[in-house]
Amino acid sequence: MAAYLLRRLWQMIPTLAGVILLVFFLFKGFGGDPAEILAGLAATPEQIAAIRQQLGLDRPLPEQLWIFVRQILTFDWGRSWATNEPVASLFASRLPATLTIMLPLLVLEVTLAIPLALAVAAVRGSLTDRAIVIVTTVAMSISFLVYIIVGQWLFAFKLGWFPVQGWSDSPWTNLVTYAPLPVLLAVAVSLAPQTRLYRSFFLDEIGQDYVRTARAKGLSEPAILLRHVTRNALIPILTNIGAGLPGVFVGSFLIEVFFSIPGLGREVLLAVNRSDYPVIQAVTIYLAVLTMVINLATDLLYKWVDPRVVLK
Amino acid sequence: MSTAADTPVSMPPARSPGVWQLAWRRFRADRVGMVSLVVVLAFFVMIALAALGWIAGDWQAEVGEPYAPPSWLGAPPAQAPAQALPVPQGPPVDLSDVDPLAPRYAEWAERTAQVASHEPPRARTLPLGGDRLGRDVLAKAIKGAQVSILVGVLAAVVATAIGTLLGALGGYFGGKVGDFLEWVYNVFTSIPGILLIFAFAAVLGRGVDTVVWILGLTGWTGVYRQMRAEFIKHAVREYVRAAQAIGAGRWSRMFRHILPNVSHVVLVQLSLLVVGFIKAEVILSYLGLGVPVDQVSWGTMLGEAQNEMLLGHWWQLAAATAFMAVFVTAFSLLTDALRDALDPRLRGLE
Repeated sequence: MAAYLLRRLWQMIPTLAGVILLVFFLFKGFGGDPAEILAGLAATPEQIAAIRQQLGLDRPLPEQLWIFVRQILTFDWGRSWATNEPVASLFASRLPATLTIMLPLLVLEVTLAIPLALAVAAVRGSLTDRAIVIVTTVAMSISFLVYIIVGQWLFAFKLGWFPVQGWSDSPWTNLVTYAPLPVLLAVAVSLAPQTRLYRSFFLDEIGQDYVRTARAKGLSEPAILLRHVTRNALIPILTNIGAGLPGVFVGSFLIEVFFSIPGLGREVLLAVNRSDYPVIQAVTIYLAVLTMVINLATDLLYKWVDPRVVLK
Repeated sequence: MSTAADTPVSMPPARSPGVWQLAWRRFRADRVGMVSLVVVLAFFVMIALAALGWIAGDWQAEVGEPYAPPSWLGAPPAQAPAQALPVPQGPPVDLSDVDPLAPRYAEWAERTAQVASHEPPRARTLPLGGDRLGRDVLAKAIKGAQVSILVGVLAAVVATAIGTLLGALGGYFGGKVGDFLEWVYNVFTSIPGILLIFAFAAVLGRGVDTVVWILGLTGWTGVYRQMRAEFIKHAVREYVRAAQAIGAGRWSRMFRHILPNVSHVVLVQLSLLVVGFIKAEVILSYLGLGVPVDQVSWGTMLGEAQNEMLLGHWWQLAAATAFMAVFVTAFSLLTDALRDALDPRLRGLE
């Protein structure tokens, strides 16, 4: 186990190096000149030269790369170019809002989609099943944007059940007042594709031999589905949840932009619009690290869910 | 496999149907697939006409009143123009001795008279309503279909080309090349997709062609995975070794022998990407990273619709949504039917 962990961590290093190289050369090769962005339009050549020297842009490329790597390893990204806020504190101040939206969303999504998918899989092949597949296909073809535009208009503007948008300093007010509408809309939208996906996982398992054996020995259908099929289908479901977990930390950026929630996703989008390179680079690299760690954690979780899995 | 004995000499040797012919036969039997094919082809004809400028070429013309309602709703009741200031009574006050511009009024009036100004009459209603500037929503939806579908298809072509090329190289050569490409793949997949798109958008800027490149350069990983597996499988098959034996070079074996045999996988991957990219374009355009303001796409239409909804003007939202829903549903069903027809082993799994 320890050897496995060590090897997996060791394997992350080349990938992380690749991420760093990709981000570095992407911004170096295609991005605008940081000194000119920082200095603004009315800058004199001397000012630009001074900024260039300050940022180390006049040094040779390998040295610049080394400065970049040092920033990553020491968590010292300096300040945002646009707001002058330290980049490190950006994470601390924006993440709570994102998590207030994304954690309830994740929990609701999983707890609703699994039973729904199981129910649909139980009536597989019937008219209900066909109807649900058709409805989800059509529902999925409409943009997420349409659902939130109409949802906000209907539930907040017309019916007044929720505030149209807003955010406060109190986590509790946020959770019970401002978060419910975005969360419910996002759950409603993601439920269709999730149910379809989980349904296919359940159907894969229902075709297996052990299900036939269980039927042959006279187990009731609910017992088969709940005790045998669900446990086995949990493995691909876990993979799917694991794959979606890093997204929790960026948040559903569209929701954050639409409902003006001061989260990480909205911050990254603002940074893109303001050419605020340090923020984009920092978020990209740290989330890549997080993704790798979560992937490792998911693999370890397999072992716990399914003792047959051998970690190699 | 018929032997010479049971084939009458007079009949030409029957050619066994090829993979595409067989797929077409299976596809034709799929009614849902055929209907969606017709719908998708109709959309392609429409965007071809729009691209040639035969229809919806004047989508920027302000032909109706602002927020003109759809024709079938009827014209809104005429509102009396609001009178904020009372109209002054009595003779106009003569200001000419204090007004510094007074000596030039006559000259300006003369010059104004020389310019013919023509205000075309604005329609009270439009087939699917009008937007904030009184532009025809129907024309916008058609022109928007052209931009959105074109972005989706071109980006999918870019992503599929990159994925197929890299997957072919990685799968066929393996070894050092394969390891290197796996590393590149790991790097791209370890960054959450939307952040990768943002990072590319931050450096590449805005514009229709930029969106195509951003989506293409970030979306190839799924195709790569699939193609690599196919090429690993096919590289050791007999027909490839036979091709090698008769002297076919590496590139010829990869792209003239193996690629046609896996082209159905490429086609299915391509059409899956088209749907995903059309949806992505809508969201990117809404966020201001996609189509610029002087062009129209389904995404920019939905972006405008957010404020219009609050004023009660729902028709632009409805038009963009309906166009997009019909096309995407038809295209998704077409993709399913294609997959069933091209790869019968997969039938019924999903």
